[in-house]
Amino acid sequence: MRILIIEDDREAAAYLVKALKEAGHVVDHAADGEEGYDLALDTGYDVLVVDRMLPKRDGLSIVSELRERDNHTPVLILSALSQVDDRVKGLRAGGDDYLPKPYAFSELLARVEALGRRPRQAGLETSYSVGGLTLDRLSHTVRREGQEIPLQPREFKLLEYLMQHAGQVVTRTMLLENVWEYHFDPQTNVIDVHISRLRSKIDKEFDKPLLHTIRGAGYSIRDGAG
Amino acid sequence: MTALGKLFRTTAIKLAVMYLGVLTAASAVLLVYVSQQTASVMRDQIVETVDAEITGLSDQYRIGGIRRLVAAVDARSRQPGASLYLVTDFAGNSLAGNIQQLSSSVLAEADGQIQRVRYTRFENEKSYEALVRVFGLTGGYRILVGRDLAEQQYFRGVLAESLRYWLIVVVLLGLLTWVFVSRRVLKRIDAMAATSRRIMKGDLNERLPVDGSGDEFDRLATSLNEMLERIEALLYGLKDVSDNIAHDLKTPLTRMRNRVESALRESADEDGAGARQALEATIEDCDYLIRTFNALLRIARVEAGSSDAEMHDVDLKALAGEIAELYEPLAEDEGATLALGPLQGLTVRGNRELLAQALVNLTENALKYGKDQETGIASITIGMEEDNGEACLYVKDKGSGIAEADRDRAARRFVRLETSRSEPGSGLGLSLVQAVTRLHHGKLELIDGEPGLKAVLRLPLKDGVSGVKEDEG
Repeated sequence: MRILIIEDDREAAAYLVKALKEAGHVVDHAADGEEGYDLALDTGYDVLVVDRMLPKRDGLSIVSELRERDNHTPVLILSALSQVDDRVKGLRAGGDDYLPKPYAFSELLARVEALGRRPRQAGLETSYSVGGLTLDRLSHTVRREGQEIPLQPREFKLLEYLMQHAGQVVTRTMLLENVWEYHFDPQTNVIDVHISRLRSKIDKEFDKPLLHTIRGAGYSIRDGAG
Repeated sequence: MTALGKLFRTTAIKLAVMYLGVLTAASAVLLVYVSQQTASVMRDQIVETVDAEITGLSDQYRIGGIRRLVAAVDARSRQPGASLYLVTDFAGNSLAGNIQQLSSSVLAEADGQIQRVRYTRFENEKSYEALVRVFGLTGGYRILVGRDLAEQQYFRGVLAESLRYWLIVVVLLGLLTWVFVSRRVLKRIDAMAATSRRIMKGDLNERLPVDGSGDEFDRLATSLNEMLERIEALLYGLKDVSDNIAHDLKTPLTRMRNRVESALRESADEDGAGARQALEATIEDCDYLIRTFNALLRIARVEAGSSDAEMHDVDLKALAGEIAELYEPLAEDEGATLALGPLQGLTVRGNRELLAQALVNLTENALKYGKDQETGIASITIGMEEDNGEACLYVKDKGSGIAEADRDRAARRFVRLETSRSEPGSGLGLSLVQAVTRLHHGKLELIDGEPGLKAVLRLPLKDGVSGVKEDEG
């Protein structure tokens, strides 16, 4: 993916560029708001990572201006302001996702990849399939190798989100945000327990596990080792 | 500024001057009114008297001719306090009367209106003022009757004099006001100012004097004292927090530093496995610190006020259901039970995220500290009642509870009760819950769950309306 990072903190930016390159992406960096806006407008990026507070031009105004000019590149907004309502403001300005600082790189990577590979018109697909596991959104059924697996509504939503992002890493906070619609860090391993319940239903009786735990990052649903 | 200038800037002198001004103006208006009314009444009386005398004298003339008239005028002129009389023939020669000299033009106009004239009397050469009327008789005779104005002028003099005395009284009253205001009232204001200066210098224990009279100054002093009370509490709270931050954040930072240092030493001679482990532990410590900071910031923001928290209608029943569903598997995993108690469909005006977080914190606390002392199993109930126009959302456990003496302290920042020291945690959970309930104009109550702890979020219902919200099209 081609990623543009607009961030004025040199050290943080250098670290992000290096780490994203190691993850196999092509990365550009702009150190102020105006340079960032020009680059974002001229070049076709897959994802923009925009800091909220920037010299010369504020991050939110970059995003809203891009949206006005019909540029719909997915944007991840970074901010040292971590409040619920700052998040709402970020998303209203046209941002697609919001990550408060300080963040773990694994969290940022997972979110950037989720944004970059997001189907442009999410929600239109009626079924997902990974390995032998299929999820039908219309009939609300889940089958693995033809065998129907009964799931609770929340488990269904959880699996649906994981399968939407099949092959990608999904973090615990992303799950809490998208499946439960809460934006805070639970202190306990509350998400892990839900995952392990889901896992026992979809993986337990089968040879090949599909739902993997990615250490230090989150979870991923994928076919075998791939 | 000169001493005089300073004096004129005090409220006392301003009040006194204003009092003087208003009183003087009011007296002046009253006196002018009274003197004018009096003058007009007296004038009417004079006119009436003069007209009556003229009628009487012309009757005398008709009955007995000029002789009888002259005799009558002579007789009347000699009476004490007599009116003014003058009878003249057709040539203007005086025949009778008590007027020595008069401007001749006065007599020219017979049957004229009342006129104001100056005249001279026989007894002395002084000139007097009078209101007179001239009446023409047959045969060219003229008769003039009038009244001296001395009476009226005397009365006016009396009024002017009383005004002078009155002004002196007013000035004295003004001075008295000034003395009263400056001594009684300004003294108290000065005392207040002095106290506030002492407070500004750093003595926060000082309080404004309240004399118990319940007047405006007492009310002002009482509410200022309440404000000082709150400021003092906040300051001590802040001091508590900084002490606690120093302790609770320094500890993990020191641990982190030591770990990194020893990893650095070991990495020189080993294959790096130890260093890797140390780094992973360091990241965990960092995460803990970040979480603590986030929680602190969040509490600060919530406490700072409602300005930017978006408020919507929140269905508490649905919220409680969601949180119970979120935590039920975790509880089961830990061998605890989490159940929903009776729930009423109550709606409050609030921020769903913050209310959810508050409920999550209470639930996590219950999971951590609510274990039954004998069985070691936590059994938790999330329920809701309606009480007195408020929704009471509660999380109840059957653990050891919180001793009554500790309940007030429990919700303060970084306060970790002795029983919880062994569990991981930042001591910020209940602080956030309290901040959230305050933001919603509610109250966090920690009460005895008999056994265990019942943490209650008392939240005012939306528009005070209770019961299940009806579906609207």
